[in-house]
Amino acid sequence: MERLRRTMMFVPGANPAMLRDAVLYGADAIMFDLEDAVSLKEKDTARVLVYSALKTFDYSSVETVVRVNALSAGGRQDIEAMVLGGINVVRLPKTETAQDIVDVDEVITAVEKKYGIPVGTTNMMAAIESAEGVLNAREIAKASPRMIGIALGAEDYVTSQKTKRYADGAELSFARNYILHSARAAGIAAIDTVYSDVDNEAGLRRETELIKQLGFDGKSVINPRQIPVINGIYAPTVEEVQKAREVMAGIREAEAKGSGVIAVDGQMVDKPIVERAERVLALAKATNMEVD
Amino acid sequence: MGINQVNRDIPTKYADQYGVYDGEFTNVKPFEAATKHVQPVKPNETKLLASIHDAIVKTGLKDGMTISFHHHFREGDFVMNMVLDEIAKMGIKDLSIAPSSIANVHAPLIDHIKNGVVTNITSSGLRDKVGAAISSGIMANPVVIRSHGGRARAIASGDIHIDVAFLGAPSADAYGNINGTKGKATCGSLGYAMVDAKYADQVVAVTDTLVPYPNTPISIPQTDVDYVVQVDAIGDPDGIAKGATRFTKNPKELLIAEYAAKVITASSYFKNGFSFQTGSGGAALAVSRFMRQAMIDQDVKASFALGGITNAMVELQKEGLVDKLIDVQDFDHPSAVSLADNPDHYEIDANMYASPLSKGAVINQLDVAILSALEVDTDFNVNVITGSDGVLRGASGGHSDTSAACKMSMVVAPIVRGRIPTIVDEVTTVVTPGASVDVIVTELGIAINPNRPDLIKMFKSLKVPQFTIEELRDKAYAITGVPAKIHYGDQVVALIEYRDGHLIDVVKNV
Repeated sequence: MERLRRTMMFVPGANPAMLRDAVLYGADAIMFDLEDAVSLKEKDTARVLVYSALKTFDYSSVETVVRVNALSAGGRQDIEAMVLGGINVVRLPKTETAQDIVDVDEVITAVEKKYGIPVGTTNMMAAIESAEGVLNAREIAKASPRMIGIALGAEDYVTSQKTKRYADGAELSFARNYILHSARAAGIAAIDTVYSDVDNEAGLRRETELIKQLGFDGKSVINPRQIPVINGIYAPTVEEVQKAREVMAGIREAEAKGSGVIAVDGQMVDKPIVERAERVLALAKATNMEVD
Repeated sequence: MGINQVNRDIPTKYADQYGVYDGEFTNVKPFEAATKHVQPVKPNETKLLASIHDAIVKTGLKDGMTISFHHHFREGDFVMNMVLDEIAKMGIKDLSIAPSSIANVHAPLIDHIKNGVVTNITSSGLRDKVGAAISSGIMANPVVIRSHGGRARAIASGDIHIDVAFLGAPSADAYGNINGTKGKATCGSLGYAMVDAKYADQVVAVTDTLVPYPNTPISIPQTDVDYVVQVDAIGDPDGIAKGATRFTKNPKELLIAEYAAKVITASSYFKNGFSFQTGSGGAALAVSRFMRQAMIDQDVKASFALGGITNAMVELQKEGLVDKLIDVQDFDHPSAVSLADNPDHYEIDANMYASPLSKGAVINQLDVAILSALEVDTDFNVNVITGSDGVLRGASGGHSDTSAACKMSMVVAPIVRGRIPTIVDEVTTVVTPGASVDVIVTELGIAINPNRPDLIKMFKSLKVPQFTIEELRDKAYAITGVPAKIHYGDQVVALIEYRDGHLIDVVKNV
């Protein structure tokens, strides 16, 4: 069962208190930001702080992600420090081509070898923030076995498309769908963009319902207050949980009997239904619903 | 030396004079109430005087006397500085002052101490500059820190005998009828001042809003007031009461508040007719917002909210979720306005609020109190008076009073502030004994006092992470390291009275 990525919370790398507290708010993943949220003169500070945080605080309840700078702008040092700190995922911003991923993969491999870390320990994801990046999403998603997901970065993308963000999200329709298809074709996660208007809960709700319907794994978030809203929308209904439990019970029963095909409530249960049921139960557990 | 029941060494001299803390209700015993000197006023006499100077002359204030003030104007108070400046000019020395609390704005007090005008202080709290000066050892006699209920008790029992009370009056008539809801510098309730007015030998009302007789509503009546002085301004409205106290947007405080609300709503106290008190701190205040939803969802209404009233409580009352507001002090402007307009918002004095020796304080009827803390230790003792550096900078307030009396006392605090641990092995100074503190609520989860097995059972299936207090301390220390010991001097700079007047701790100079 792959891990849940409903919410991936940005945490500015140069803010020690936020590094300490980030784990409190129920995000599935914490994304330490060494890139845009850190001013040029704080870059070294942020790198050292996030490294120390990874070594000091207990982040075992979340997936740790770091948004590094471009390789030409301090990204190599970022990657060395983060991999050494034990980060789960290196996220490359503004990814345009599969070669960008290959280049970062090589840097990570070199660092893992240098410090005796098994090669492949560190995962990668890519943020896609331009027309070129969107059109190459399919190749980007498959560019490295380290890849666990691709994410849409909408602010830069809409600017490159000569538009801006609208409430209905029509301007993101192609990018979202193409990124989602690319991710699914590669068997990795698809993460939607941030919702920047933190005081607009209704807007966040609307957008999250849309991307959940499309099939995204979750969203990036910029404020802890957004987490319960998104996690709540991803929470299954009691009926869905009940149905999923019946499916899993049916499967166990069929396995015990040694029969291949089963039916629940007169409906045949095949592989996709079992996968959906597993996902529903995982979401239910993550939402503290009574599962067993 | 006398070791008290919270294991603190009280120097013999003070232990003999005050007694040492030996249990929450051990010293709640019958007593003779204090008496006061009364100078009757005849029909043709006036109480109106031209200046504070004249009032000092008229009252016959002299060296060695005790004067008092109230702290309802908080950081906006002009009265204490004005009166002490005048007293200093007139050459009066060796005064004891008994303000209900001391704010940053009272920093000029430091000079009056150094010049020998003020030689004794009792107060609920001491803020930054004054606190630091006292902690450095500028006074020969230690400050006596009293809780709000403890101060009311001390006045009612004669431990504090006030010769002259100088009471800032947002509005007054020339015959001394006072309220806090009208005027230029409104503060709402005058709950702390009401006790002074009742027991002081002489009372001087200092007002900037003189209104025609009779001034109503009457919070302090003419029968308790000797003189009225009109001045240009008694306070800065912005420092007294800001607009509506805002709910915090700090996610950590909101998380703590959410956990606290879950504890309350899962408790057996949460039913129709329950009562609660919240502090004005970010997390404590936000609890009411989370509680509100549960009250609506479960159709539960509170009989009263006590305080320390804020706009949050006023809104709950207007919504019909709380029947009555019982008000010893207002923390913001909307609550002061509500006190003026709303018959179900009722002003009480500090004696009725929290005195352990009254004929039953309101806190004795209280179900749940939500309080803050600077430090909590593994015995659940709470410090709200000294920083982790040992310097006086907080206030005793109603902390030990409500904690002792209510049915479930909750302390809300993050496990770490900055790089300072909040949950520690041993608090710097004990203000509230662990015996009174039931549940600690932090951003990581809660710890329930083992002396409340009923609560441990009650919250068994509560969906909030639960730890022992030692586990919370370990988590705090894992971030900050174990704090270094403070190096104190030998001089006792403050005595911390428990609400019954016995000493729960002392503070030494640093």
